[in-house]
Amino acid sequence: MKVPYSWLTDWTAVPWDAAALGERLTMAGLELEALEPAAPEFSGVLVGEILSAEKHPQADKLRVCRVATGQGEPLQIVCGAANARAGLKSALAVVGAVLPGGLKIKAAKLRGSESAGMLCSAKELGLADSSDGIVELPAEAPVGAALRDYLRLDDAILDLNVTPNRGDALSIIGVAREVAALAGGKLSGPALRPLTATHSGTVAVHLDAPAACPRFAGCLVRGIDNTAPTPIWLRERLRRAGVRSISPVVDVTNYVMLELGQPMHAYDLAKLDGAIRVRFAQSGEAVTLLDGRIAQLKPDVLLITDSSGPVGIAGIMGGARTAVSAETTEVFLEVAYFAPEAIIGRALRWGLTTDAGQRFERGVDPSGQERALARAIELIQSIAGGAAGPLTLAESESHRPVRPPVTLRRAQLARLLGTEFDDARVRGTLEALGMRVAALPEGWRVEPPSHRFDITLEADLIEEVARIIGYGAIGERDALAGERVRALPESVPSEHRVLEVLAARGYQEAVTYAFVDPQLQQQLFADVPALALANPIASDLSVMRVSLWPGLLLAALENQRRQRERIRLIEHGARFEQRESVTCEIDTLGGLACGPRMPEQWGLPRAMRDAVDFFDVKGDLEALLAALSVHAELRFEPQEHSCLHPGRAARVLRSGKPIGWIGELHPSLVRGLDFVHTPVLFELDWGGLALDRPAYREISRQPQVRRDLAVVVDESVPLSRLAERVALVASSLLRDLRVFDIYRGPGIEEGRKSVALGLIFQDFSRTLTDDDVARLVAAVVADLRVTFNATIRE
Amino acid sequence: MQELSSLVERALAEVAACAGLAALDEARVRWLGKKGALTEQLKSLGGLPAAERPAAGQQINDAKARVQAAIEARREVLTREEIERTLAAGKIDVSLPGRGEGRGGLHPVTKARLRIEALFQHAGFEVATGPEIEDDFHNFEALNFPPNHPARAMHDTFYFPDGKLLRTHTSPVQIRAMLERGAPLAVVAPGRVYRCDSDMTHSPMFHQIEGLKVGEAVSFANLKAMLHGFLQAFFEQDLAMRLRPSYFPFTEPSAEVDMSCVFCGGKGCRTCKHTGWLEIAGCGMVHPNVLMASGIDAERYSGYAFGMGIDRLTMLRYGVNDLRLFFENDLRFLEQFRTL
Repeated sequence: MKVPYSWLTDWTAVPWDAAALGERLTMAGLELEALEPAAPEFSGVLVGEILSAEKHPQADKLRVCRVATGQGEPLQIVCGAANARAGLKSALAVVGAVLPGGLKIKAAKLRGSESAGMLCSAKELGLADSSDGIVELPAEAPVGAALRDYLRLDDAILDLNVTPNRGDALSIIGVAREVAALAGGKLSGPALRPLTATHSGTVAVHLDAPAACPRFAGCLVRGIDNTAPTPIWLRERLRRAGVRSISPVVDVTNYVMLELGQPMHAYDLAKLDGAIRVRFAQSGEAVTLLDGRIAQLKPDVLLITDSSGPVGIAGIMGGARTAVSAETTEVFLEVAYFAPEAIIGRALRWGLTTDAGQRFERGVDPSGQERALARAIELIQSIAGGAAGPLTLAESESHRPVRPPVTLRRAQLARLLGTEFDDARVRGTLEALGMRVAALPEGWRVEPPSHRFDITLEADLIEEVARIIGYGAIGERDALAGERVRALPESVPSEHRVLEVLAARGYQEAVTYAFVDPQLQQQLFADVPALALANPIASDLSVMRVSLWPGLLLAALENQRRQRERIRLIEHGARFEQRESVTCEIDTLGGLACGPRMPEQWGLPRAMRDAVDFFDVKGDLEALLAALSVHAELRFEPQEHSCLHPGRAARVLRSGKPIGWIGELHPSLVRGLDFVHTPVLFELDWGGLALDRPAYREISRQPQVRRDLAVVVDESVPLSRLAERVALVASSLLRDLRVFDIYRGPGIEEGRKSVALGLIFQDFSRTLTDDDVARLVAAVVADLRVTFNATIRE
Repeated sequence: MQELSSLVERALAEVAACAGLAALDEARVRWLGKKGALTEQLKSLGGLPAAERPAAGQQINDAKARVQAAIEARREVLTREEIERTLAAGKIDVSLPGRGEGRGGLHPVTKARLRIEALFQHAGFEVATGPEIEDDFHNFEALNFPPNHPARAMHDTFYFPDGKLLRTHTSPVQIRAMLERGAPLAVVAPGRVYRCDSDMTHSPMFHQIEGLKVGEAVSFANLKAMLHGFLQAFFEQDLAMRLRPSYFPFTEPSAEVDMSCVFCGGKGCRTCKHTGWLEIAGCGMVHPNVLMASGIDAERYSGYAFGMGIDRLTMLRYGVNDLRLFFENDLRFLEQFRTL
């Protein structure tokens, strides 16, 4: 909300300059967002009176004017504006003047005629975005006065951010009230003439929805000239408040709204059909608004109607049918109170935000209608003439908002703020805000003023006291420490440590959006239903991710595009799964690795220079799980997955429970997404990453014996089955089983592989003899022969 | 004995001429071995008269000792030379890079978040979490946002067709924490939040941390002390802090928190738009309606709450000047934050 400093001083004494005022208001809750000058820098511009304006002898469009400046001889000024005419007072930049942007005015010759300066348009002075001719000043403007002084242009505009609870501050008077309370001053507005009716014409008003509109004041003004120019002081105030001047009637309604916070509307009586009725819309109704758009109406929209139907949406925007125009001579002014609940949220349906709607939905003073009407009529009459009729006041007393008193307890004030203020200060502060305060033994009984919609609870009053006195007056105090040992479950690993395990193995954590491209997700997870947003910010961010992979794949592609060959990413975040139409948020750790197995370096064996494959990433997962559990069994079961290579994908099971997936991206997706190297992906449920508390197991003091076996089996026999069998047969004496080579090639039949196993035996109670071990190995060999048709390579 | 001394001379010359440990060993065998030239001399003692034998024996032993000592000395020299040769051959270029896997790291926002969590945990707060898909009750209603209230419109909420929404702030975790744990409690709730807004300074997904403390005598003065202490600890600077009255439906009184600019110390610079202040958090005393909606006796308990943008804290702490960098996942950016 833009508040010209000078306008504020009409209503209260301001003991601070604009910057200090901005600071003071900011610290009271009306945040200064910007402080701007009312006009750009310029100098040497006076009020000049055109004494004569003759056509230029050499140019049709130029006029040679004699302009009085209040001292010395009139100056000859050549001017191209069509409105340069004898008798007009305008803005004259004399020789030596500097206009906005630094333009210096010098004596000049235009088509052979001397010009001792320049008559200026509002645009040239930085007072308007566009102008039609030179500035027109009123007849009473003092010739020779500096224009800056005459128009009070050395003024500042405070742009204040008014929070939604403070509708009362969306006006000059509202801000002035605040300033008065802060400065210990008084509110003293311009004196108002009481409304005097000089004719008896009126328009009947019926309140059919009295809860939504309990007050409606109106007045018929006849015989106005809506083509009269709005005086420059009023136009200047509108401009500084950010409102365009349109016509006297509209300008006045805007002016009163800005000054008093009471929106109003003017109907052209000639276009109004019969009595006014305030009612809710019927379904199917529509209205054409002032801006030409047609608004379809739902039954919760409050309307102003006449006998022919809607003439406007109450409190938001008037209709086109009864709009005021230059020809209008009779207007019916509406000054109403609409309940916030009847206005809130409606305007947005048509993409509208209007000054009126903004104020009504936050709350307009329900007792301010008569004052606003009187102010408006006074201004209209002074500009456009006209005769006012009697006040029409339709009112439903029982629906008027009430402000029940609120009790403020001294003890609660001190408890909540953590500091104490003396009674007189509390009371004085509340009274300065227009509250009626009565003393009670425990504190005060406070009646909020009608314009304050935000004071209903004790806490609201506490805030008012704190805000006006200043939050800075409340000291900082450490809370009394409640000494209590809090639980620290060992089974819950710190997020930091889990991520750190992978970070130490070269993975960089990424953060990707939780909503992803539905096409990409569909490509990856064709059968998985995803939750779609009703109002996505972009079509490629419109469904919730069912996996962290879409985001990680895109991040990897972006890095590939930036010429990164080796990419290792992890992400920790929620994925969103639809389970029987219920959305589950699953805390997930996802990862991706692609590109060379190791960072490029010297002295690496050839095999270590290849691109990562399944087993590199499996190694990373094993390392992660090893950090979480010493003994938990981790299994990788081959299982197909829609976006993984069917032969290189596995479900990850921890102690038999599935906790995630690992695999290489499906070759068709590798190609389709333009990956240079095949990404290996993993995804684990964070819940599967519990930490197993270590538990000591006895260490055998007996020597261990190792026997190596090269077992040739069919390709189809997975190591896991081989290992299971070996463990079963070798009994509890087998301490460890290692795989130290897989060989295929010469010496091994096609379709078979040689698996080199290292069996480590150890007993707890005695040293194993060669015979013991030989027996165990023989049993293992015999079993593998039978179970897997294995042969033993010597 | 002329013969003996010339033998010694020859032996010493040979030893001196040995160029390697192997040659030296050969020389030792040749001269001092069982059949060595000097050892042979001892055998000739038998041919001498008994009276001369001791003296002659002594002379031979002395000669052997001299040669032995020369061999030892030579061995020492040759050994040292050989070690030096191996050292020279074994010299490596220590400036070559070390071998192995490189280091990844945590995202800067995670890094900052974990630090923020730790600071509050040290101050007695527990970390709580809540869902990102929320319902109207937790995200708005219980937080005292009336239906259609203009404050809701300010939230640019993402909705789902069933009326659920992506939480617009971490404040719903306040409600969940109070409903689940009751009073007294002290929690911080970090997490991702969503608003339908995207430009230079807004991301549709960003990070917040919510703090909530409810107790029998929790005051605004406590809130000020906690926030100021936190900001000083997080930035490791002696910062000024001020609270400005503001409005949030779920707190009363409410405040915006400004801290003196971490870049210019409050003198005014581009980052603080020459005000000397940076807006860093919103806070206030928990609104009685919120306490009641969460089943807490507002007469007995009071509480404070605050919310901060983790992304913003991270930007200020690490000098990141563009919010969007956090979500582009450019490894060249992320790797700059890989330290523990």
